[in-house]
Amino acid sequence: MAIEIELLKSIPYFLGLSAAELEAIKQHVFEQSAERNDMILLEEEAAHAVYFVVSGVVKVFKTSVEGKEQILCIVKAGESFNDIAVFDGGPNPASVIAMTPVVLYGITKTDMETILRRHPGLATNVIKILSKKVRHFVSLVEDLSFRHVTDRLAKLLLEYATDHGPIGGEAGARPRLTQQEMAAMVGTAREVVGRSLKALEEEGAIRMDRHRIVIVNKKRLEEMSGVTAG
Amino acid sequence: MLVKPILNEALCNGCGLCVTVCQCGGMVIVASIIKRVDVADCRYCAECELVCPTGAIQCPYEIVIEESIEMTIEE
Repeated sequence: MAIEIELLKSIPYFLGLSAAELEAIKQHVFEQSAERNDMILLEEEAAHAVYFVVSGVVKVFKTSVEGKEQILCIVKAGESFNDIAVFDGGPNPASVIAMTPVVLYGITKTDMETILRRHPGLATNVIKILSKKVRHFVSLVEDLSFRHVTDRLAKLLLEYATDHGPIGGEAGARPRLTQQEMAAMVGTAREVVGRSLKALEEEGAIRMDRHRIVIVNKKRLEEMSGVTAG
Repeated sequence: MLVKPILNEALCNGCGLCVTVCQCGGMVIVASIIKRVDVADCRYCAECELVCPTGAIQCPYEIVIEESIEMTIEE
């Protein structure tokens, strides 16, 4: 399929670039698609490219030698992954799997170096994006170090309910999460997530409605997750 | 239509643990492969997912705020 300029424009990496610059960059972009649960990248393998999610959602995660999974982030449309390996020359820092059917744009490491040399304006966008990622990981370390599991789960539920688009929106905009995935995101075991969900329900913060987790007391979840209501 | 656990028959090893824990009789093993009993009143308790050693059963949740459900219904 042909690479679409309009889609490139909507990716924060390419914000503010002229039509001519986008047309030149387009020549370096390749498209890749994957089905739900397809492995896209394996950690520690040689890095080939930086990827941009055009549609769908992927998860970036690490696996311990014991097989425990820690999800580092969920990447949605417009966002990128594997940037670090492309810029520092190291291997893929984490594995990536598709949570829904996905369409990706990619730029190889060599082409990205060429693009940055030819379009230095792009570097400002890259710095902003990498800074945002550092901020995300600082927040993740803070949560894993200082917050209790139930509070971390409260924060996850809030972020997930508010950050992933409306119900019935574009397919894949709001991926559903298993309790196993929630456990991997908040750094605990699946059984603990089950108990924490029960605790939140008993407290009246959520309601388990079959395949839906309904937030009925948003304020309480904000208090637990340390989020200041705006 | 009721949403039910997602089964991946290719991953099933036929151990039958899901059949043991299912409180509504919603699972059976046929020729060493998991099959769903569609008439069963699945409560989506996710116990089958918890005990499955191969990841053949998934019970994903949609996470929503109550107000947005109401808005969707009104639309």
